[in-house]
Amino acid sequence: MKFIMAIIKPFKLDEVREALVSLGIEGMTVTEVKGYGRQKGQTEIYRGAEYEVNFLPKVKIEIAVNADQVERAVEAISNAANTSKIGDGKIFVVDLEKALRIRTGELNDQAL
Amino acid sequence: MSKRYLIPGLAATLSLVAAPAFAAVDPEVVYILNSFSFLVNGALVMFMAAGFAMLESGLVRSKNTATICLKNITLYALAGIMFYAIGYNLMYMDVTGYIGSIMPWSADDAAAVAEKGANFEAGYSSSSDWFFQMVFVATAASIVSGTVAERIKLWPFLIFTVILTSLIYPIQGSWTWGGGWLTKLGFVDFAGSSIVHSVGGWAALTGAIILGARRGKYGPDGSVHPIPGANMTLATIGTFILWLGWFGFNGGSVLALGSAGDVVAMANVFANTNMAAAGGVVMAVVMTQILYKKVDLSMALNGAIGGLVSITAGPDTPTLGSAILIGAVGGAIVVIAVPMLDKLKIDDVVGAIPAHLLCGIWGTLAVPFTNADASFVTQLTGVIAIGAFVIVTSTIAWLAIKFTIGIRASAEDEDMGLDKAELGLEAYPEFGRGAHSI
Repeated sequence: MKFIMAIIKPFKLDEVREALVSLGIEGMTVTEVKGYGRQKGQTEIYRGAEYEVNFLPKVKIEIAVNADQVERAVEAISNAANTSKIGDGKIFVVDLEKALRIRTGELNDQAL
Repeated sequence: MSKRYLIPGLAATLSLVAAPAFAAVDPEVVYILNSFSFLVNGALVMFMAAGFAMLESGLVRSKNTATICLKNITLYALAGIMFYAIGYNLMYMDVTGYIGSIMPWSADDAAAVAEKGANFEAGYSSSSDWFFQMVFVATAASIVSGTVAERIKLWPFLIFTVILTSLIYPIQGSWTWGGGWLTKLGFVDFAGSSIVHSVGGWAALTGAIILGARRGKYGPDGSVHPIPGANMTLATIGTFILWLGWFGFNGGSVLALGSAGDVVAMANVFANTNMAAAGGVVMAVVMTQILYKKVDLSMALNGAIGGLVSITAGPDTPTLGSAILIGAVGGAIVVIAVPMLDKLKIDDVVGAIPAHLLCGIWGTLAVPFTNADASFVTQLTGVIAIGAFVIVTSTIAWLAIKFTIGIRASAEDEDMGLDKAELGLEAYPEFGRGAHSI
């Protein structure tokens, strides 16, 4: 099992969700987050004075998938979230030790 | 000659003399229409309190929203009470030249409602006049509130409001509208560019200097760190409400509606008032686009107010074209003065000092351009006299409060937000945190 964390542009969330649903991935957790990467922040202007907004709003998606699904899931997220402009975000994949469905007690692949 | 200094009955008489071609209007009808004008226009001015509350709510951070709302409704209430208890008669009753009488105001309409031999020489019901004058003092107090927002403690601010509305505003008001020395000199301030707006602006300026800037607004190296307002939608509706209220502010200041001549005058004032605001907005929009490559909404809103304040000293005499120009200069003053105040490290949260003080001075000095009865030297004399008086008295008041009970919220309270510190209440408890809270 793998755990995928993707940081994407907020307005891309629906497209990413649809792409994942079409792969049969049935759950995800979404968090509104702020941060920066190479894009750094952006400059805004208020009443004649410029200021830096260092942390830009992004959406973080977390999903757990079977090992054989991971490449297609990463590809789907990457395609759906891509605008070819700076600030599109990143995808991180880590090993997942254990999963448990609280209601039934099912474990690992059965719990996804 | 200020039109506020109409002795009872003069309004009706003047309009009859001025318009001999018309049939005489029945004095009771004149009495009714004049009072009606005071009441309806006064109610419009009252609603400006809502405009100030929304404009200021929009331009502060959400952690200070409930406090600014409370300040606005309480200052409006206090202004009325103080103007009844002291202010009105200090401004209008038996003015010696520099000051009126100290006693609570009371209505006297016996002549108009007498069962036998009722006469309408007063020209209007006394309560309609009191109400109309009262809502103006509230406007002056509202101006101060926005400038000193986000770091002043609630009760010291309210104490200052009491001093402003019971003493500072009425005493200088008596010089012109009470028939005092400035009126005798020929000073013209139709609806109060100086008497209302500059007075509020001067008090805001001394307050902002004595209070100091909000924490984090200016870096030690002189850098400016903007603190964007929480809700530009509220700021915009607030500005529109002020614009609406201004028709009552300037239109009602014709002080009479008893003849076709009065109606023509009031209609001209309405139209000029609207066009000055329009000029101020367009100038601010164009200037910020050129200067900053982006249009600044908050400056466009200030531009509307700047245009309105600029026309207020003389909305009766310009043509529509002149009114647009007078307002446009007001819009330019706002765009130039906002960053200048930042250079001086004077933290004006809502831009009241440029829009009300500086545009008020400009509007007062601009009257001679369109009004042959006004002279530049006299206008300047009025600006300086009123300015000096308010600077001195408001400085004394602010310092007296500062060194007795203190005016500034603690750094901890300021960081936490005055809503929790002063009210124990959040303005938006069920919504997410603001965009700038990290």
